[in-house]
Parts: sequence; structure tokens; C-alpha cells
Amino acid sequence: MSGAEMVIKALADQGVEVIFGYPGGAVLPLYDAIFKQNSVRHILVRHEQGAVHMAEGYARSTGKVGVVLVTSGPGATNAVTGLTDALMDSVPLICLTGQVPTHLIGNDAFQEADTTGITRPCTKHNYLVKDVDDLSAVMHEAFYVAASGRPGPVVIDLPKDVQFAEGEYFGPDEVTHRHYLPQTIGDPARIAEAVDLIAGAKKPIFYIGGGCVNAGPEACKAVSELVRMTGYPATTTLMGLGTIPSSLPQWLGMLGMHGTYEANLAMHGCDVMVAIGARFDDRVTGRIDAFSPDSKKIHIDIDPSSINKNVAVDVPIVGDVGEVVGQILDSWKNKDPKIDSKALEGWWKQIEEWRAVDCLRYEQGQAATDTIKPQYAIERLYELTKDRDAFITTEVGQHQMWAAQFYKFEKPNHWMTSGGLGTMGYGLPAAVGVQVGHPDALVVDIAGEGSTMMNIQELGTIAQYNLPVKIFIINNEWLGMVRQWQELLHGARYAESYSAGLPDFIKLAESYGMRGLRATQPDQVDDVIKQMLEIDGPVIVDMVVSKEENCFPMIPGGAAHNEIMLGLNDREEQTQSEDGMVLV
Amino acid sequence: MTNKSNIERHVMAVLVDNEPGVLARVVGLFSGRGYNIESLTVATVSEDESVSRINLVTSGTPMIIEQIKAQLERLVPIREVHDLTEEGPHVEHELTLVKITNAGAERREALRIADIFRARVVDTAVDSFVFSLTGSPVKIESFLELMRNLGDVEIARSGVVAIMRGEKRKRDA
Ligand SMILES: Cc1ncc(C[n+]2csc(CCOP(=O)(O)OP(=O)(O)O)c2C)c(N)n1
Ligand SMILES: [Mg+2]
Repeated sequence: MSGAEMVIKALADQGVEVIFGYPGGAVLPLYDAIFKQNSVRHILVRHEQGAVHMAEGYARSTGKVGVVLVTSGPGATNAVTGLTDALMDSVPLICLTGQVPTHLIGNDAFQEADTTGITRPCTKHNYLVKDVDDLSAVMHEAFYVAASGRPGPVVIDLPKDVQFAEGEYFGPDEVTHRHYLPQTIGDPARIAEAVDLIAGAKKPIFYIGGGCVNAGPEACKAVSELVRMTGYPATTTLMGLGTIPSSLPQWLGMLGMHGTYEANLAMHGCDVMVAIGARFDDRVTGRIDAFSPDSKKIHIDIDPSSINKNVAVDVPIVGDVGEVVGQILDSWKNKDPKIDSKALEGWWKQIEEWRAVDCLRYEQGQAATDTIKPQYAIERLYELTKDRDAFITTEVGQHQMWAAQFYKFEKPNHWMTSGGLGTMGYGLPAAVGVQVGHPDALVVDIAGEGSTMMNIQELGTIAQYNLPVKIFIINNEWLGMVRQWQELLHGARYAESYSAGLPDFIKLAESYGMRGLRATQPDQVDDVIKQMLEIDGPVIVDMVVSKEENCFPMIPGGAAHNEIMLGLNDREEQTQSEDGMVLV
Repeated sequence: MTNKSNIERHVMAVLVDNEPGVLARVVGLFSGRGYNIESLTVATVSEDESVSRINLVTSGTPMIIEQIKAQLERLVPIREVHDLTEEGPHVEHELTLVKITNAGAERREALRIADIFRARVVDTAVDSFVFSLTGSPVKIESFLELMRNLGDVEIARSGVVAIMRGEKRKRDA
């Protein structure tokens, strides 16, 4: 069997149904092998970055490993943004890259790039396969590495001569893995400590992150059960949305820079914090030395390096969320501890007061002369699609934060966003990947007009495969999030943040044979959304919204949770600290 | 937050798969995350040459040291990370070659000091000596300081290699 055939056979044996790729000289043998078989489907993208984001959307929504195939040199370098994105958000991916033949490596050959060198810091692991006899083992190990422990992207660099070389293939069961063995079960002593701490809490909070989604739907159920059983309040990070049903009354919404008032103040004022699959990212903590000053912190995470990285915790528990939360539930049921109902009542009373501030409030006038508020457009989208089990992807910017605030999730794996890297251009290709994984589902990319232009070429992919993706553009004609920061922090000097030279999105859609819809007035919003839902094929919606709307609440860079701004009127009292100015 | 006073020096032994790129992974980790490397040496240590041992000396706050270990352990080709400073009594050794030139009248003095330190003369020329000295970093530092007073010195140091004392034996090494 040739190396190229082995690669495709290994993919099939690993249960891969679809890969996202783009051909080139260094991967022609692989494309030849793809041509000759039927078990692995190939989706032809329009740019390699798109391929990686598609694989991410596919992986996050299906729970499987996403697979990408690109050529050497520019193919590989184009994939780097996507790989970095996947590393930051812990998405399991395999990226196969072509490479010049082994005897030319290091010679500055045509389309040669030091792919393993370039991708070393942006992958969980990478391989350069120089001998066809190593190929099967590398392929299977790569899947294991990508999916186990804290998931992440893995690159396999495949020189062209290795793709041609003949060798013997081994199946997944015939290769043994190395010593990479993540710890999944929590230390029982720590579990006992955690249970006591949780049971004794007077002002507790669960702080739930994207690691729960990665741990799988069962793990998310366990987390929901823990929240229900204790009756304690819970907040989720941007990446953790959907871990627990948003309809749970204990859910306080998202926390962090654009999180809710109640979630952030509860984090600040709690006495016991239970962090589950979350990583104390700076968007979440705000000023680190003022972060939740009076709490004991329990931290459950599969990745030991996430623990005590930014914030020192009192009870670290290394393990898989599903396992550890299961252990906590068992221990809790055994001990049947008495919780401090009186203290908790006071805590809830306090939280309800914070909730009553209604921090996400906005005003939508309904006159024909009123502009559409972006929040309103998203809220209506939610109301009109909530019974359809929709998958939502986003681009990056204000619309992303509004989507996180106003679209509500009952289940994990339905929300795909670029959290760690904040990659504009993620949402459109990610939606393609989600749709490929769920051909009959409703998939909506809540986009900004600026971000949409970053991977707009993937409209070609949507058209080619007639994927019924809905691209829902919150068009404020500005790089809104940049504009907002310039308004708040740079004296309203709007340097280069206007989205000039935009296409007519309706004509653009039509030129690809898709449908385009536009709303410019509040009373058109529902109609346009309904029309969009009725159309079987792909649609671009141009939601023309008010240009000056800002995203609140906001914790300015370098501020603490309790310095949260509710709106522009808050501005006078809040001045940005000098240290904060340098933060992004 | 980085309080200078609680910066600690740690000696680590890292057992890794002997494959291309491992060293780059380790060094890239340190540079990418802004950790210090005071010294680093690497050589294979298993009979079949499948395992290498990286000896490294780093410094940081206790929280950073913990991070360094956790981050190292995350790398796929890394088998074991041992913080010798934490694990107990260990021996640290370093090899240095020192060439001293233009010592003039102090040539004899250089030889005398070398003798006290049990440094070996590995090369002699009309105007120079090359000494070889092994020992703890502290011993080497004091030797170098004395030599610098006597003439022009050129120094090659191996960096620290270290091993635990007593019976405990590393599994693979
Ligand atoms: C690739 C990339 N470049 C730059 C940025 C910085 N950035 C963050 S949000 C933003 C504006 C996004 O504009 P748009 O997509 O229109 O969304 P809006 O904020 O207006 O909703 C920019 C430029 C980024 N996140 N990603
Ligand atoms: Mg915009």
C-alpha cells in the first residue's frame, strides 16, 4: 500500500467521514488516493484558513475529530490561524500538510516551508513523517493525542516521497500509544475536601467553562445535575455556554468583560467558587489582583497546567469533568451534607437585587424611522428559532458578544465561537463545517459585516455543496468593537474603523446563486427572519442596525469585576487606569 | 506580582523521547512563555538511545516553577519531569574549560590555584594554559573569579548536570 493510501485508510479506520481540504503539488498522491475510494468525503474549500475553521465547527458540533488536508508551503501557512484558534479553544483537529520530498527538505525548495517549525507553538503536537513505516503509527497516535486529555490540533507533515512509498499498513488496534496518559479520575482526598467546601458555602458560585463542552454531553449533564442538586447559582464563560440549560433559574448568564452584572458581582462577592473546565482567562477575571478576593477556589480541569496559572486556587482537582463531577455527586449523595439554607437565602436575595438591575436592557423604538437595535435583531432571531435546535456560530466583535448575551442555549455543542484567539473570519467557515456535520439542521452564523469579509470566499464552498447555511449579518457599517474601544478609551478618534467599501450583500448572495434579504426597519425584522427560515438553501441576511450602539455591560481592561460599567452614563465615574490602557 | 524576593532556582531533570524536535519544543516552550533558562544540556542516556535526559536550571516564583513543570509534562514526547530541587538531596556538577593567557608573572599562581581546585591542565603553550575543572557551580564560579584576576580568560561551560543522591534510580535512565 502506498503512503497516501495508508493515510486515507487510517482516516477511514478512525471513523472519519469527511475532510476539508485544498489541493496542491505536494499532496497530489493523497488526492489521487481520495479519488479512488468512497469512504472519506472531501469538501473543497476556497482558502486553507476556511478549511481549518470548518473542521473546528464540525468538531465542536459533533464531538468528533475534525480533519484538514492542505498542501505544503502556502497551504500550510494559510492554515496557521486556524490551528492557533483550535489550540486556544481546545478543539481536536488533525491537519495533514503536504511537504516537499525528504531529500529536498531544508533546500528552500519550491513551496517548502518549515511546517513543523512554524506550527510547533500552535499545535498540541506535530509530526514530520520521514519513513513510510512510521506512518500508520503516527496517524493513529495523532488521533489519540488530538482527542484525549485537553483536546487540540495536531499537524502531520507528509513529504511527497513518503506518500508515494510502499509500506505495510497497521490498523488502530495494532499500534501502541506512548506514555501520554492524561489523568481523568480526581484524587478522592481532594473530592472530599471539595464536597465539604461546597456544602459549607454561604455565598457559592459555579464558574463553568468550555472544558465541560469538550468533556462531552454526559459531562455537561453531570454539571447540570450538580447545579440543580445544590441549588447554587452558576455562570458560564463564553466557551461554556450551553453546558447547563439557560432555562435553569440558577443560571446568571455569561460572566467576564461583557458578562452580566449579576454574574460578575457574584463572582466578585462569593465565598466559594467552583471552577469547572474553565481557565481563569483575562477576559473573565478582569484585574487579577482584585479577582474574587474573598473566596476559596476549587478548580477542576483535565490540564494540570491550567491550574494555578493565573489565579492561585485552594482545591485543585486534575481530571476529566465528567469523572470528577460524577465523583462529587456520589460523595455528596453519600454524605448528604446539610447546606446553610439561611445564608444561601441571603445570597440569593443579593443576587436577585443585582439581577433586577436588568443589565442587558435596551430600548427598541418601533417607528419606521427607528433603526434596528442589534440586540433586538438577535433576540428576535432567538425567539423565532428557539424551538428548532439551531446551531449558532459567530464572527468576532460586538455582534459576538450580543449573540452570547441574547441567544440562549439549552444544550452543549450548539454554540461555536472563537473565544481564545478571537478570530474574525471564523464564523462563516465554522457554519459550513457545522452544516456538513448536521445536513438537516438549522445553522446560523451571527456575523458582523467586517468579519464576514475576512473569509467571504467560502461562499463558493456553500454554493458548491448547496449548504443551507444562514449568514445573519449584524451590519453596523463599523468594525464595531474597535469603534467602541476608540469611543471609550481613545477620545472618540475613529481611526480606520469604518467598514468602507462593503459589497451589496444581497447582490453578492445572488451572484453565488443564493438568496439575499435585508431589513432596515424594526418592523421588518421578524418578516426577514421568517423568510430566511422558510428558504431551503443558503441565505445572506443583511440586518442594517444602528451604527453607534455599544456593547454593555463592560469591564474595561484592567478593572475589577465590581467596576463593571452598565452603560455610557457610567462613564464619567469610570476612568481607565493607565495599566488598563495597555491591555487588549 | 513578580516579587523578586521569592524567585527560586530549580534544577530539573527531564526525560524525553530521543526524537527530532524535542529540544526545540522545550526551548520554544521556555521562550514562548517567557520562562528563564539558566543552563540546559541534553544527551541520550538509555542503552538503546531512545531516551534523552535534559538537565536544566531555571528560576521563577513558586507559581511559575509549578507552571513550568506542568507545561513540560504536557508535551507529548516528554516522559518524566523531575524537580531535583524539590525532590531532595542531589548532586550538581558542571564541567568547565578555562583558557588563561597573558598571565605573565602570574603563570605560576594560576597553576597553584588550579592545583588547589584540583583543576587539570589539559593544554600548555608558551603564553597560555587550558584548565579543565568539574564540580559544583559554586566551586566553578570561585575558580573563575580567581582566574579572571590573573590574566585574560576564555571560558567554556557545560551547564549543570544533576542527579539525585542515594539509591533512588530514575526509571528510564
Ligand atoms: C483577524 C482579526 N483581525 C482583527 C481583529 C480585531 N477586531 C476585533 S473585533 C473587530 C471588529 C469586528 O467588526 P465586525 O465584524 O463588523 O463586528 P462588530 O464589532 O461591528 O459587531 C476587530 C477589527 C480580530 N479580532 N481578528
Ligand atoms: Mg460591524
